[in-house]
Amino acid sequence: MRKAGRGAVVAATEGRESWRGRPGDCGGQVRGGVTLFTALAAGIALPLLAAVLPDDRADALYHAYDGGGVKVTGPSLQILKRIGQSLALSGNYYVDAISSASIDVITTASPYSERRTETSAGLQYLAGKSIMSLGYTHSDESDFDANSAYFNISQSMFGDLTTVTLGYSLGWDTVGKTGQPDFSEDVDRQQYRVGLSQILSRDWIVDLAYEGITDEGFLNNPYRSVRYLDPTTPIGYSYEPEQYPHTRTSNAFAVRSKYFLPYRAALHGEYRFYDDTWGIRAHTAEVGYTHPWKERWIFDVKYRYYTQGHADFYSDLFPRAQAQNFLARDKELSSFDSHTLGVGASYEFLRDRSGIERGTLNLSYDHILFAYDDFRDLTVAMTPGEEPQYDFTAGVLRLYLSVWY
Amino acid sequence: MSLTKGFALSILLTLTGCSGIEPWVKPYERAHLADPIMSFDRDPIAASYTNHVYQAREGARGAEGGQGGGCGCN
Repeated sequence: MRKAGRGAVVAATEGRESWRGRPGDCGGQVRGGVTLFTALAAGIALPLLAAVLPDDRADALYHAYDGGGVKVTGPSLQILKRIGQSLALSGNYYVDAISSASIDVITTASPYSERRTETSAGLQYLAGKSIMSLGYTHSDESDFDANSAYFNISQSMFGDLTTVTLGYSLGWDTVGKTGQPDFSEDVDRQQYRVGLSQILSRDWIVDLAYEGITDEGFLNNPYRSVRYLDPTTPIGYSYEPEQYPHTRTSNAFAVRSKYFLPYRAALHGEYRFYDDTWGIRAHTAEVGYTHPWKERWIFDVKYRYYTQGHADFYSDLFPRAQAQNFLARDKELSSFDSHTLGVGASYEFLRDRSGIERGTLNLSYDHILFAYDDFRDLTVAMTPGEEPQYDFTAGVLRLYLSVWY
Repeated sequence: MSLTKGFALSILLTLTGCSGIEPWVKPYERAHLADPIMSFDRDPIAASYTNHVYQAREGARGAEGGQGGGCGCN
């Protein structure tokens, strides 16, 4: 039973919200649903630069996130099976079990737990040098219902040196509110993707990608609040509900490259530029190194840097109530940097036994630091607007088994 | 055959002859590209989950990758 009053409202949201991202902004739940499955069934599984369906494969993953007072764990199960030479079917089941005592919860509410499940189905069809794929994803939690459908087509050309991919996704969500059964708002979303994969040499490949996303509907969180200066209260500030625009359009451009080193190891690098109509501009850069060892082992290490500027309507502390039309104090819309250091190991434990081609056991761990420039830590009681800037670290674990059969 | 038609045909033949772009990396030269370590996302289920984490924690979205790896020539 959640604590009554405003605190409970915020608590009821914050955990889910903080993990899902902003409802309708493709930030976690919705986007996660699309991404998880689109990538699996339509993108990542496709061999680069040739029209070939992926091999039959099954994956079972356990994931765990722990950071900033939020813990998220759960399984993800994925299976892909070819039917004949030109058709492949796939399915995915994914769970986020969330317990939240995040910075917002501990300053304004009480901890809570929540569960989200996501199911997906898709198919890929091979025709000549083209692969068409389509699929559907449904995500469900107590106050948020998300649906999305996608279609992708990729064409291999120029002696299979080049692959062009086009994609489109449509999403439709329903946003609810705990304790208010009559509350129901819609979000519609469209995504447009263009990709180009190019072999530059026998050791060097590069990918270019663009994705545009448009949202329309109820994009803010029904629970989350902003704070404003209020001299009539002992702490000097009060809260009022967030208010977001009803539309958002974003553009993301990315370039990725991978290079095979002379002694069988690989380097990779990538950069992404992002901006949107809310005024957020972001840069992402990553470098990584992959090193095989003794036939059966593969080790990975990577570093990722991310930085963004805040949304136009974001403020940690507004000067007064209703200071402007749009109001946000979601730390994901603030100005901040993040640094990720990741390591991984993969062990191939069987080959060609009992109908199974091979299997791998994999473990990856990322350590992430989030450092905010204009989101203050309200657990420290000080003059409003002079609290220290918030930061936290998170650990992300992935333990999974993959089998090709 | 008129001069115009002959000219048009010669242009067509020239274009046809030049339009076949010769792959500068032959299929048999793609062993390195086909190595699993050259895959952008060797394990899609884990990569997708990682993207999910970033999408929940960061404002940016889209173009996360997932175009695959290897060269499909194995």
